[in-house]
Amino acid sequence: MNIVDARGLSCPQPVILAQKAIVKGEFPIEVYVDTVTSRENVRRMAEKQGCKVEIVQQDDEFKLVLTR
Amino acid sequence: MQQIFSPADYPDLLVGLGAPDDAAVWKVGEQRALVVTTDFFTPIVDDPYDYGAIAAANSLSDIYAMGAEPFLALNVAAIPPQLPPEIISEIFRGGAEKAKEAGVVIAGGHTVQDKEPKYGLVALGFAHADRFLTKSGMRTGDILFLSKPIGSGVITSAIKADKITHEEAIETIAWMKRLNRDASRLAMKYGACAATDITGFSLLGHAWEMASASGVGLQFHYDAIPFYPHAEKLALEWCFPGGGFDNAEHFGAYVKFAAEISQERQMLLFDPQTSGGLLFALPVDKAILCQQEALLSGIPLWQVGKVTQSKLIEVV
Repeated sequence: MNIVDARGLSCPQPVILAQKAIVKGEFPIEVYVDTVTSRENVRRMAEKQGCKVEIVQQDDEFKLVLTR
Repeated sequence: MQQIFSPADYPDLLVGLGAPDDAAVWKVGEQRALVVTTDFFTPIVDDPYDYGAIAAANSLSDIYAMGAEPFLALNVAAIPPQLPPEIISEIFRGGAEKAKEAGVVIAGGHTVQDKEPKYGLVALGFAHADRFLTKSGMRTGDILFLSKPIGSGVITSAIKADKITHEEAIETIAWMKRLNRDASRLAMKYGACAATDITGFSLLGHAWEMASASGVGLQFHYDAIPFYPHAEKLALEWCFPGGGFDNAEHFGAYVKFAAEISQERQMLLFDPQTSGGLLFALPVDKAILCQQEALLSGIPLWQVGKVTQSKLIEVV
């Protein structure tokens, strides 16, 4: 399990951090973001990288679980 | 707009209510047409002078993309009340000096208060009434030219994320400030069939707009496409602005990539551009002459692909 806390960061930072975790390859990866824009950008990057993405909304925040 | 304005009521409006284009064109005489456009955006670089100059070059670019010459402009601005006066005057000075370089006079404008700064121009230009450039009119076999490198969205994102220094971004900033005037004049001189400027919808998004408006396909050679310094390196780190993902989702269905073109390189071609280059098409014989003149005059111009029958964008 690999956790990326990208809350409070604006794009492209969450995408960059999530991408680094994908390269490391320790799946599943949990990415925490707090804007819809970050959620969508991380989701689309991860899908383009061949990951399966599950999104869980927790109040105003989102958890993205990336698996391969 | 067509629900309110019927094209039949405005016979002198040559471009505007039909297919979307870079600017509206209004016939004002047998020989002459007025070209009108506006654009403005929030700061994309830290230096207020550069921001003003880039915003002005970007607004004027829509006039050049129509094969017209701008002559008159107005400032459009939103300024936060707490912004220091010297910063505000630097933004306007950057815009004014860029306009002057283009032979354009800024004759006024309008400023409102807003939380985030916004700046741009309303720009007017003249074109020949029968000879201006729209997004349609490309023909199979034509050669595609691009007048600036790609990757400014990646670079400006990297500046905001502190991933590159100001020095590393200087070349990209200089390109964004550059007018598309020389490229527009070359395109007109050699009888371009169609043109647009590359902005927020990315190289491939705007290419698709031109291809669909012209009823053709386009084939790009990845290795022939110029990129800003550091853009490819930052793409490998997925330093893309959000708009790039929107473009990939929106235009991806119309684009076929060769298998060896990586995901990062694909995304780079969907990178939203600020004050990007002109993309235009010339018949093969004219393309050779145009490239020769560009080389001799030191005008940056890249042959990036050709027009095909495929009704789709291919990147090989």
